[in-house]
Amino acid sequence: MTNEEKIKKELAEMFGFNTEQIRVARERRVFLEVPYNQFRRVLEYVVNDMEFRHLCTISGLDEGETLAFYYHLARTDGIVLNLKTSVPKANPVLQTIADIFPGGVIYERELVDLLGARVEGLPKGNRYPLPDSWPVGLCPLRKDFKIEALAGVDWQKEAKFNG
Amino acid sequence: MDNIKIPIGPQHPALKEPENFTITLKGETIINMDMRLGYNHRGIEKACEERTYIQSMYIVERVCGICSHSHSTCFIQAVEEIAGLAVPPRAKYIRTIIAELERMHSHLLWLGVAGHEIGFDTLLMYSWRDREVVMDTLAALTGNRVNYGMNTIGGVRRDITREQLADLLKAMDVLEERTKYYIEVATEEITVIKRFSGVGYLSHEDAMKLGAIGPTGRASNVDTDVRRDDPYIAYKDLDFKVITDNHNDVYGRTLVRLGELMQSYSMIRQLVAKIPDGPIAVKAPRKIPAGEAFSRYEAPRGENVHYVKANGTDKAERVKIRAPTLANLQSVAKMMENNRLADVPIIIAAIDPCFSCTDRMIQINHADHGREKTLSWQTLHAFSLDWHRKQGIDFAALNAKLNRRMKI
Repeated sequence: MTNEEKIKKELAEMFGFNTEQIRVARERRVFLEVPYNQFRRVLEYVVNDMEFRHLCTISGLDEGETLAFYYHLARTDGIVLNLKTSVPKANPVLQTIADIFPGGVIYERELVDLLGARVEGLPKGNRYPLPDSWPVGLCPLRKDFKIEALAGVDWQKEAKFNG
Repeated sequence: MDNIKIPIGPQHPALKEPENFTITLKGETIINMDMRLGYNHRGIEKACEERTYIQSMYIVERVCGICSHSHSTCFIQAVEEIAGLAVPPRAKYIRTIIAELERMHSHLLWLGVAGHEIGFDTLLMYSWRDREVVMDTLAALTGNRVNYGMNTIGGVRRDITREQLADLLKAMDVLEERTKYYIEVATEEITVIKRFSGVGYLSHEDAMKLGAIGPTGRASNVDTDVRRDDPYIAYKDLDFKVITDNHNDVYGRTLVRLGELMQSYSMIRQLVAKIPDGPIAVKAPRKIPAGEAFSRYEAPRGENVHYVKANGTDKAERVKIRAPTLANLQSVAKMMENNRLADVPIIIAAIDPCFSCTDRMIQINHADHGREKTLSWQTLHAFSLDWHRKQGIDFAALNAKLNRRMKI
């Protein structure tokens, strides 16, 4: 059995995932989708017990009714576990993972600015990557974003930021 | 004495790109650092959603002026994986040759910048002169010094001739000899050793915790390299060492980059010896079937990652790019702690944040009589003045204005 299949089997046994939730896309690439209420437990398990200790980045996606997030986690043997979870767009609240990956803060700030996610527990700091005067609530990576919405923005005035 | 906050950037002579570092000092010693990034955000990910894959490839190639091949390769690897395209072996070898040449020009550039930041400009002049050997080679192979435009979905756009491969080997001999000299400089020249040692310390534990990658991580003994761990293009056919070091400081980062240069020369020789014959591209469909892929690439500065989601049309649903510098900037705050204010430029430069480098002298080949012409500084200056006069700029009035201001 390959290492990828072993990962699949271990996670399926541990959390009862079905074959739709977890798939081996190719050599060294495993994709896993979990509901948000299970996310933290799965993340802690794969980091602490399966040695996925490197967070490559977090990709945020606008999927219509939900916002989805891919946590790309890598291991020293080159296998990448793409851990996906999603939250409703109406209330897009995530818990920070800065306690596990201190370097991940910048990726979370990006989710806040570009996709309008609310990340609870995110340490205080500058916003990233949009300018201080960019209006809050206008998220350029959302599919319904229109460039016209920027007309009339006072670029000299700092926006009140909730990040 | 009270702590003092000093803002450095977004425009600052020591930084070549706009970033803001607010540094809290106690006397000369740095207590902590706060960053503000994003001044260069150009919305490339969003732009890719509104353009076809092939158009996106050219945009992605322009994410970085130095790692242009890194970004375009990383992006199309993901697209090719979704489309199920089998890239011909010769194309993979050509991509790898360009990738390693890019690493050489980037590392030689870094060596010069590092020399410059410690006031050792002779090193800058030497290493940038030698870097020209790489730039000329890249220009000969691809037609351009940066933004090579070598990739296309399904392969590469230009083949490499036998003569070019022979020239490539000659260039490697020159560069190897020069790099041996730089290794000697780095390990024996007292100025370099004293100035780099102990500066910008990043312990192995902190490097692991903060996710430091590339030469920055490897100099803190983080033994990872995508080329070995997650091989792509032709790397699995090559025999090479991943250079690590346990100095954990700017000195270690210098040794790692110099060691990597020596590995790259060896890789190019192996690639030239092994390059297979055959086609250089397969035909790619305009529409890419629905699917997703996550691609990794060891750029000169570290692991570069792209995530692509396709929806069955000719445009991507989502493209996510994470360039290596973003991951490494997290470690900079840690490196600054307890260092002196004067060390800030070299500490920031030591992670090799991405600079743009497209300046060059142009040699004009007259199309009508094939004569080479090099513009001298005087001719170029005269040409510039003449051009501005034609645009309606009155230099006499400007000078008068300047003189008036100077008197006040």
